[in-house]
Amino acid sequence: MANSDSPKALPTLLAGLWKENPVLALLLGMCPTLAVTSDVKSALTMGLSTAFVLLCSNIVVSLMRNLLKPHLRILMFTLTIATFVTIADLYLKAFLPAMSDKLGPYIPLIIVNCIIICRAEACASKNGLFISIIDAIGMGFGFTITLCMLGAIREILSTGAVFGKQILPAISENWYLTGGMPDGFIPMFAFALPVGAFVTLGLILGLVNMINKKTA
Amino acid sequence: MDTLTTLVLGFLSIVFVNNLVFSKFLGICPYLGVSGRIDMAFGMGLAVTFVITLSGTLTWLIDHALLIPNNLDILRYVCFILVIAGAVQLVEMYVRKFFPTLYESFGIFLALITTNCAILGLCLFLNLWKVDNIVEAVVLSFGAGIGFTMAICIMAGIRENLQLANVPEALKGAPITLITAGLLSMAFMGFEGMIK
Repeated sequence: MANSDSPKALPTLLAGLWKENPVLALLLGMCPTLAVTSDVKSALTMGLSTAFVLLCSNIVVSLMRNLLKPHLRILMFTLTIATFVTIADLYLKAFLPAMSDKLGPYIPLIIVNCIIICRAEACASKNGLFISIIDAIGMGFGFTITLCMLGAIREILSTGAVFGKQILPAISENWYLTGGMPDGFIPMFAFALPVGAFVTLGLILGLVNMINKKTA
Repeated sequence: MDTLTTLVLGFLSIVFVNNLVFSKFLGICPYLGVSGRIDMAFGMGLAVTFVITLSGTLTWLIDHALLIPNNLDILRYVCFILVIAGAVQLVEMYVRKFFPTLYESFGIFLALITTNCAILGLCLFLNLWKVDNIVEAVVLSFGAGIGFTMAICIMAGIRENLQLANVPEALKGAPITLITAGLLSMAFMGFEGMIK
């Protein structure tokens, strides 16, 4: 089986990164994309947890695809996903309690992340184990990268830091009293708020459209 | 009287200040998908309001009567998603029987209410906010539904007008909708001072 699958493997892997990138091209999983990308660290945690759940659920769905009754399909998918999300949630609670507190309900909300159910429906329930795993890796990786990119943009603009490390020169307090030019980067707090999330993602999608049009 | 004040404040806060769409980013998918026309947006909003009230109340009951006393917190997510899927199935059957035209125009979006993050999100927030009486749970769930309906209708109104606007080629469709949503959420931040 691995032989007949292998020619399709590389395109499947790459599709998730750009052409069928879950966030940028398919517009799936918007809630976590917008909610947890105020800094890179939480974006990375979220991306990796989603990728883990995606991988596990793709494997299980692919294995049980011949046993599924059509009308109970979605229910089975959701239950499978809910189980793995519980595992991810408990893991985060045990090993990264601070991060788990910060992400709060957005970790259990992975259950209703459309990416996972979409891949289960569109890929894992039709393909063999190997392709399903490759697909999950590609999609999970694409999702994580996109989240981190958004997180990095928003974190830089709102605090001047990435991963909590200051990379733009911090501005001194009361700089405006000296009457001169600002001596560092002025943080734009709006980017840490919901506004920043919506507008940044909107502009990125516009950019992607532009690039796609140029190359097409 | 005191409880009444709490309820009214809670209701207003979840409709305006903690609006699920604008401040918690929940329910963005149907928000982008169905908000093209006002009548459809309103129908969708009502369906979601019904499901959210039903499942918010039921999950609160299950959580407090079954899961917490028996130390079964670990089953919470699985239980919640089952309740929601059941409630959505109910609505789908009802709408198909009594409003066939509406059912046609919703298409796949009706079944997708199951994966509407606003609903599961609200059930989880009820748990997170430690809501400890059933009346409050019902009022908050209902308020969340109303807030969602309001958000999606405002958006649909704007989008109907947006079709006449001259939007840059690359920003057409989803990007401009997201940017509009951003501006709306900024407008809703104005309500923040309203409730402590």
